[in-house]
Amino acid sequence: MKHALQLSLLFFFLSAAALWAQSGGYRVGDVARDFNLKNVDGKMVSLSKMKKAKGYVVIFTCNHCPFSVAYEDRIIALHNKYAKKGFPVVAINPNDKDVQPADSYENMQKRAKEKGFPFVYLYDETQEIARAYGATRTPHVFLLDKNLRVRYIGAIDDNHEEPNAVKERYLENAIEALLAGKEVPRTETKAIGCTIKWRATSK
Amino acid sequence: MRKTLLLLLATTLAISSMKGQDTIPFIKAAQLSAWRSGASDTVYVLNFWATWCAPCVAELPHFEKLTAEYAQKPVRVVLISTDFRRDVDRRLKPFVERQDLKSQVVFLDERTPNDWIDLIAPEWSGAIPATLVVRPKAKFERFFERQLRYEDLEKAVQEALSQ
Repeated sequence: MKHALQLSLLFFFLSAAALWAQSGGYRVGDVARDFNLKNVDGKMVSLSKMKKAKGYVVIFTCNHCPFSVAYEDRIIALHNKYAKKGFPVVAINPNDKDVQPADSYENMQKRAKEKGFPFVYLYDETQEIARAYGATRTPHVFLLDKNLRVRYIGAIDDNHEEPNAVKERYLENAIEALLAGKEVPRTETKAIGCTIKWRATSK
Repeated sequence: MRKTLLLLLATTLAISSMKGQDTIPFIKAAQLSAWRSGASDTVYVLNFWATWCAPCVAELPHFEKLTAEYAQKPVRVVLISTDFRRDVDRRLKPFVERQDLKSQVVFLDERTPNDWIDLIAPEWSGAIPATLVVRPKAKFERFFERQLRYEDLEKAVQEALSQ
């Protein structure tokens, strides 16, 4: 009997652990971890060092993915609009350079220069941050408040192909809500994106 | 029920009449729902891909092999392109011709992914490649949000057929 109980407890913990591992990453309401990642200018960047920020627009993105490319100008515009209000864009490239050479650090530097990225563009070389956050695709947005609490996860808006035909600006609406001290109207959305290029040995 | 059947029949006819793939049919999200939750006893293998998606292109031969090897079985592979609409003529069509794809290729003509991703699988985050193996009548479904090996694919199809 005792054994049965122990076994069922063990089973319970194992399945709970399995579920946790499977669902991996943050949900809205979780507190996200900080990081220390290399920017395209060679400097290391942590959220805690951005003293003036009232929140952080963390976007997992990359060079090669057509969805990411389609959003580059919109990400620049978002940063230009909201960094001065306290919500800077923090772009992170999580892709493995051996799987996708176009996403190497050198190519990130090149792309940032070509497009004149006004935001930091960080290299998650170990992919540790993408895994911790639960990013699966590029682009994939995690909007954090000042306390690093996740307030929105998902897409930038509802139309990747035609910026002029966008009907709902999910991310912008979420940032505006935080600025106004209101609840985020829609906390999670989905979009098609490129799968993150995980290092072959780590998965 | 009857409406769904008619819809299925109509779309099946519409799509089969376009075989040969000179044109790539444009489908709407309603078609996804029809494949997913209609009354059909066919095993649908719905693969979401794009011409520029390297892992998607890498697994295409597996879907082609499935189409060839299960030609006599009630199994239908549909390669659902999520390419940009402006690329249908200049990239998708030439690609399908060049690769001489035998599986049905369709273009998903929808603009708001958030509205239809959950129709396929609530657990899908939206990354491609993604594949759903479904046999509506037997209520069988298996979803993969990753690049597949042929063995994974065939196993799911055989399970679906054995229901």
